[in-house]
Amino acid sequence: MNLVIIDYGVGNIKSIQFAFQRLGLEAKLSSNWEEIQRADKVIFPGVGEANYAMNQLKNTGLDQLIPSLQQPVLGICLGMQLMCEFSEEGETKCLGIFDAEVKKFGNELKVPQIAWNQIFDLQSDLMKNIAEKEFMYLVHSYYVPLHQKAIATTNYGIDYASALQKDNFYGVQFHPEKSGKIGEQLLKNFLMI
Amino acid sequence: MQTKRIIPCLDIKNGRTVKGINFEGLRDAGDPVDLAELYSENGADELVFLDISATEERRKTLAQLVERIAERINIPFTVGGGISSIEDVELLLNSGADKVSINSAAVKNPELITQISKRFGNQCVVVAIDAKLIEGEWKVHLVGGKQPTEIDLFDWAQEVEKLGAGEILFTSMNNDGTKAGFANEALAKLSSLVNIPIIASGGAGNKAHFLETFQKGKSDAALAASVFHFKEIELPSLKNYLSTNGILVRL
Repeated sequence: MNLVIIDYGVGNIKSIQFAFQRLGLEAKLSSNWEEIQRADKVIFPGVGEANYAMNQLKNTGLDQLIPSLQQPVLGICLGMQLMCEFSEEGETKCLGIFDAEVKKFGNELKVPQIAWNQIFDLQSDLMKNIAEKEFMYLVHSYYVPLHQKAIATTNYGIDYASALQKDNFYGVQFHPEKSGKIGEQLLKNFLMI
Repeated sequence: MQTKRIIPCLDIKNGRTVKGINFEGLRDAGDPVDLAELYSENGADELVFLDISATEERRKTLAQLVERIAERINIPFTVGGGISSIEDVELLLNSGADKVSINSAAVKNPELITQISKRFGNQCVVVAIDAKLIEGEWKVHLVGGKQPTEIDLFDWAQEVEKLGAGEILFTSMNNDGTKAGFANEALAKLSSLVNIPIIASGGAGNKAHFLETFQKGKSDAALAASVFHFKEIELPSLKNYLSTNGILVRL
């Protein structure tokens, strides 16, 4: 399988690459349009600040490419948020794949949420063989509110969408590459889609 | 309710794990990558690696170590020790670290916190604060606790939150190495003053100490080294104990 991780200078790409390596698959890092288009599966990572990350995408034209991709695409953490319409972080217009606005957590709880937290109301093949209320590792200050395209929900003061799916586009707020065995299962599931 | 985290800390010197008692008298405790894997399999929620070697080669060897760790373990980890520039941070994150911890450099150059936060997001900036209670006042210490300052712990904690820190790792030098429990009073005060997670460090000696720091100290995470390295507390039994006592942890 030809798996490509989109490299746009944002975030912990190596961890994702290592996670697939542990599954016996060499994922390729690329920012090249043709290489990404040709891939069987695409990972859209991201850690950091939304506005900076969107600018990075725009500078390389990847903001045009990503929404046009036809193969399964998995956005992780900020990657998922950038697949939404708009983010309150830096008042950033995003890729618009998911019809959702990314909001900042209120101040009732510690922000960022840095925790292993439970995922529930699981749907989609991406969540196959993952039990309700399993723990995934999350680090974020901004969240996607409950959504009709949600395939996982998490509670942090409020219930919010911790995973989304629309057609070939998947997004997870948590870090499967850092979530032990359960995270590994999710990555395996993505490879099987 | 929020899930609390248990974080084994590995002090690294020249590629080996060491643990200081009151920041002095270092003892050898094994290969960091083997330990990291063991902890990860036993239910550690995160790991912290603090490099305390002071060689010129450090930057490169630390990055290589980080890469070896990231290759093998599948839980988040933080790296600290001597980080003083955005380039240092970039190298470590690109090698596979999830977060960096900055200590003395943050005091000398507070702008660094903001720079890292803007560039990589505040979730990857852990500001480590070593402080000592002197005549009723918590004073920040630098250079691994060797250099006292006049800076007040609570002022500094609020300042680093404003500057863009994502988390605070507070080590009480009075408690560190004593195995008599965490500095829960100061920890609870910190939690009431800032709205970012607080990691308690220094003083873990038994399971009850962890329970106390989550209950009385309001800590979001607890860090310890020697009790784990020398198997005085086993992670699975600690987490079961906490869960039985009403603390939400990942089991």
